Amino acid sequence: MELLSYIFVLAFAGADAVQGGLLDVNPGLILWTVVTFIFLLLVLKKIAWKPILSFLNERENIIKESLEKAETARKEAELLIADNKAAMRKAEDEAQKIIDQSREYAEKLKNQILDESKVTAKKMVEDAAAQIERKNAEAFNKLKDQVAEIAINAAEKILKENLDKPQQLKLVDKYLDEMNKN
Amino acid sequence: MWFHSANTVADNVKAAQEAVKKTDTSWILHHVLDAREIDLTPFGIIHLPKLHLLGMDISITKHVVFMWIAASILIFTFYKVSKSYKKSLIPKGVSNLTETLVLFVRDEIAKPNIGKGYEKFLPYLLTVFFFILTCNFLGLIPYGSTATGNISVTATLATISFVFIQAGGMMKNGVFGYLKGLLPHGLPTWLIPIMFVVELLGLFTKPFALAIRLFANMTAGHIVILALLGLIFILHTYIVVPVSIAFALFIFLLEILVALLQAYIFTMLSSLFIGMAYHQEH
Repeated sequence: MELLSYIFVLAFAGADAVQGGLLDVNPGLILWTVVTFIFLLLVLKKIAWKPILSFLNERENIIKESLEKAETARKEAELLIADNKAAMRKAEDEAQKIIDQSREYAEKLKNQILDESKVTAKKMVEDAAAQIERKNAEAFNKLKDQVAEIAINAAEKILKENLDKPQQLKLVDKYLDEMNKN
Repeated sequence: MWFHSANTVADNVKAAQEAVKKTDTSWILHHVLDAREIDLTPFGIIHLPKLHLLGMDISITKHVVFMWIAASILIFTFYKVSKSYKKSLIPKGVSNLTETLVLFVRDEIAKPNIGKGYEKFLPYLLTVFFFILTCNFLGLIPYGSTATGNISVTATLATISFVFIQAGGMMKNGVFGYLKGLLPHGLPTWLIPIMFVVELLGLFTKPFALAIRLFANMTAGHIVILALLGLIFILHTYIVVPVSIAFALFIFLLEILVALLQAYIFTMLSSLFIGMAYHQEH
């Protein structure tokens, strides 16, 4: 009995001494906590959470859209670059082709010109040779004519002198002598 | 007879209290406990008004004042932040800090723990996170007091959490469906009454654990700091001063971590329990 009352009084005395222990529950404080928290929840929900969360969502959407846009732009740019590269390659090929073609043409032209000039030169040489031949022939003919004339003249002289026999004999002897001497 | 013996016991207790006062350590509790005045020594003491409502003592106490301070800070800060967002979507200044925390609560706490339909609980979770965080930090500044180091406050917060958990579960699954969903599937019929009681108890232990955890964490650190500093006065020597200060500073830094951690844990567990009640199929 005494022990029970001891505990009883001790509890009260303890409560009196430090105005409530560590684990004491204060109904007034509970009420104020509820009121404060609910008030804070409602006020912040209205002035803060709703606008802030919607702003954050909005911004996230904007960022997402921007990223998507950037991605499509990048893809487009890549396509364009690829196109450009292809066009450039094509142009290069074409240029190369043109250069090759012109080189080939030049080669052909050169060969042609060379061939033509060779032919011309040959022709010229041949012409010259023909002319020389002709001139030679002409000169030979002239010579032949002159020789014939000289021979005829000589024969005429011989014939004029060929009147007597002794003379003839003398001549023959003379020729014979000459022949022997040779 | 009984009264008489009670009187003598009371005398004995008074004598014991007198004896205790010589090596008094009640000042430690005095700093941690709620009070009817705000002690701003050496600038004076503010006595708070006493109020009564329907026979209930609803006096404004120190912790009530600090809860109001926390609420005012939050309302002021978020009013500014909200206004700055209206100007431009790019955060700057305080908005950067709050945005980090808001996004943390949304993406790291609410989204993974509640899952689909987390948006409905986001205002509550954000409020409770910032409220506990601010209250915790208010206890770390000079002349401050930790409202979250009071069991009445944490129990009330846990009860509000409990209400949100049950309301969430009942809104999603219906009152009867929610209660039925508490029981695991494929239970033998004779086990159902027992398990129902067990699960029902489980519902209440969760907020109870929330309340005790927050209260104990916020109180313990303060008591340790005060005890470490109290060593100087108890031992009456300057030799312990560097040790006491160093340890107290270490605990204080730990308290900063704990302040953040407990706000996170309270919110995280609340959202976890909401998620469990909301998506019972898991």
